[in-house]
Amino acid sequence: MTINVGNSQLKLLERLCNAVAVSGEEGEVRAIILEELKNHADEIKVDALGNVLVTKKGSGRKRPRVMLAAHMDEIGFMLTAEDGEGIYRFETVGGIDPRQMVGKQIQVGKEHMPGVIGARPIHLTTADERRKKIPLDNLRIDLGPGGKAKIGDRATFATNFRRVGPSIFAKALDDRLGVTTLIELVRNAPPNIDLLAAFTVQEEVGLRGAKVAAYTFDPDMAIAIDSTPANDLPTWDGEENTAYNTKLDHGPAIYVADGATLADPRLIRLLTETGDAAKIPYQIRQPGGGGTDAGSIHKQRAGIPSVSVSIPGRYAHSAIGLVRLNDWKNTLALLDAALRRITPNLLVGERK
Amino acid sequence: MPDIQPFLKELLSAPGLSGYEMPVSRIIAEKWKPLVDELSQSKIGSLHGLHKGSGAEPRPSVMIATHMDAIGLMVTGIVDGLLRFTDVGGVDPRILPGQPVIVHGRQELPGIIIQPSGRLLPPEIGDGTVPMEHLLIDTGLLPRKVAELVRVGDLVSFATEPTELAGEALAGHTLDNRAAVAALTVCLEELQNRTHAWDLWAAATVQEETGLTGAATSTFEIRPSLAIAVDVTWAKGPGANDWNTYPLGKGPTLGWGPNVHPALYKAFKDLADKLEIPTAMEVMPSHSGTDGWAMQVTAEGIPTIVIGIPLRYMHTPVEVVAIKDIQRVGRLMAEFISGLTPDYMDTIQWEEQP
Repeated sequence: MTINVGNSQLKLLERLCNAVAVSGEEGEVRAIILEELKNHADEIKVDALGNVLVTKKGSGRKRPRVMLAAHMDEIGFMLTAEDGEGIYRFETVGGIDPRQMVGKQIQVGKEHMPGVIGARPIHLTTADERRKKIPLDNLRIDLGPGGKAKIGDRATFATNFRRVGPSIFAKALDDRLGVTTLIELVRNAPPNIDLLAAFTVQEEVGLRGAKVAAYTFDPDMAIAIDSTPANDLPTWDGEENTAYNTKLDHGPAIYVADGATLADPRLIRLLTETGDAAKIPYQIRQPGGGGTDAGSIHKQRAGIPSVSVSIPGRYAHSAIGLVRLNDWKNTLALLDAALRRITPNLLVGERK
Repeated sequence: MPDIQPFLKELLSAPGLSGYEMPVSRIIAEKWKPLVDELSQSKIGSLHGLHKGSGAEPRPSVMIATHMDAIGLMVTGIVDGLLRFTDVGGVDPRILPGQPVIVHGRQELPGIIIQPSGRLLPPEIGDGTVPMEHLLIDTGLLPRKVAELVRVGDLVSFATEPTELAGEALAGHTLDNRAAVAALTVCLEELQNRTHAWDLWAAATVQEETGLTGAATSTFEIRPSLAIAVDVTWAKGPGANDWNTYPLGKGPTLGWGPNVHPALYKAFKDLADKLEIPTAMEVMPSHSGTDGWAMQVTAEGIPTIVIGIPLRYMHTPVEVVAIKDIQRVGRLMAEFISGLTPDYMDTIQWEEQP
């Protein structure tokens, strides 16, 4: 059986994207993962921070311990004060541009209470005012007259998963795509390795879950599976877009260097050679800022050789992201094939 | 009183940008058909429903105008499979990034409005507002498919689904002015079991957002004795606490200013007080910003009143209205109409007479 994305994987991704798991309150996604993997693991535990740590042992002799990490949490909001009449002030959890918040439907608290973030009517604004962004301070979540939430409740965008042509529109594709991919990899784990799957918490607020998960697993090597921006849009003046980060339809993005990690060249080679051999398209993410769970994993204990692979996606950290189904399929295929090529000798010798 | 919310939600789900109101007009026609004696369409697409009075002919008539057109966007260009656009009606570019839309191309295409990252934009924008000309629509389709299905000039509607909030409030796009269409429908339903001497002309007008065009032409065609325009007004709430904002869910507003005949204002105010329907005086120093502005100066001039339904976040995809206010407006108008005597026009006079 070859690993692939079919209806059941899409259904699972839909459930995971529609679930709400703002950093620090990842329970809804945790519950889905535990349910999906309870019959597919040698060991499953939930650690002190809420990470789900799944061990799936191989069957060969001398099996490398390979950690794979995908984060469960998503960006969102936390209610900070009540203005009365069902209107609440809020702060951001993770990085969200306030310009992306205006005029959105929101879901609040464990009950997913509906609310909206509105704006001053255009009729009451001046042209000068409209040139300035509306600062976070001036935005409110409105639950309707008499609506009741609690200070400290989390909230996020209320966006429903949708498939359109070759694409998927959804919130929280960063990193539910990674979570879904990792669930599939656990279910189809190869015999040559011990697969140590970490579904991590608090990535969006500082790669914090991965740090302790890597300590606990103490792996030989690690791969973070995440989502990275495809800034592959036209420039305003028609000049060549030289800073696209990644492009849609070009396959999984392999990291060489981001703001937090210099990827291990042996692991980069494992991935590129796998792609070349199996004729799976891939791209190298343009070196730059940003970071994944690998940023905290590779510095854990005495050092853990690490790399990241991301599914390219447009419009992350906003109400609706967009990815291509084919990029996801190729990411899953590349990771699956690469895991099968790992040998005990992979990291023997110099790092080069 | 019948529950108007399901019909209102149905109205919100139908496109009907200014100048292209047929999809929503069909839904309104379906709903009004059993509620009126005659249903017709003006030359430019406004919907007219006549509910006949019981008085002797020729009967005076009252016309209620509620505009059915929606603000939206229009495609101005296609670049790498992404769409550039402009607005139809007044849209603040700050509400646009991340909004779901429907592109009315050769097929209905779902899409999202996107704000390109800073390095793809003119550097002077910084973290300020990204002007509409630099925003794009992504349909998720490949450029070849987009070229096949989309043309410059295609319309784009907002696609945010309506949501029920606490306190019997509804959030959605185009509550301006489908909330008023719903209030007029409540009025028609209320009048089903009552006699009234006057004729009632219910009008769902076109092209309000782009120049009150439907109201001007329909009023000319109908030539009512009295004119009522129902539109949304600004509710108090986050971002709006100015003198011209009114509490949400605490009753409609009655316009006061050059657009409103003072005798008609007084008649409505007294009636509302008698019925214990709370109202607020909406001070309109000059242009009311409603169909009423055009209705009043039709032909030889028509005594007019403007009724407002408070609405938060007007012209965003998350406008918020209180269902109770819609019902209050419907009931108030029905009571007014059923109280109209054949010689009622004699009471709508200026104090100073020759």
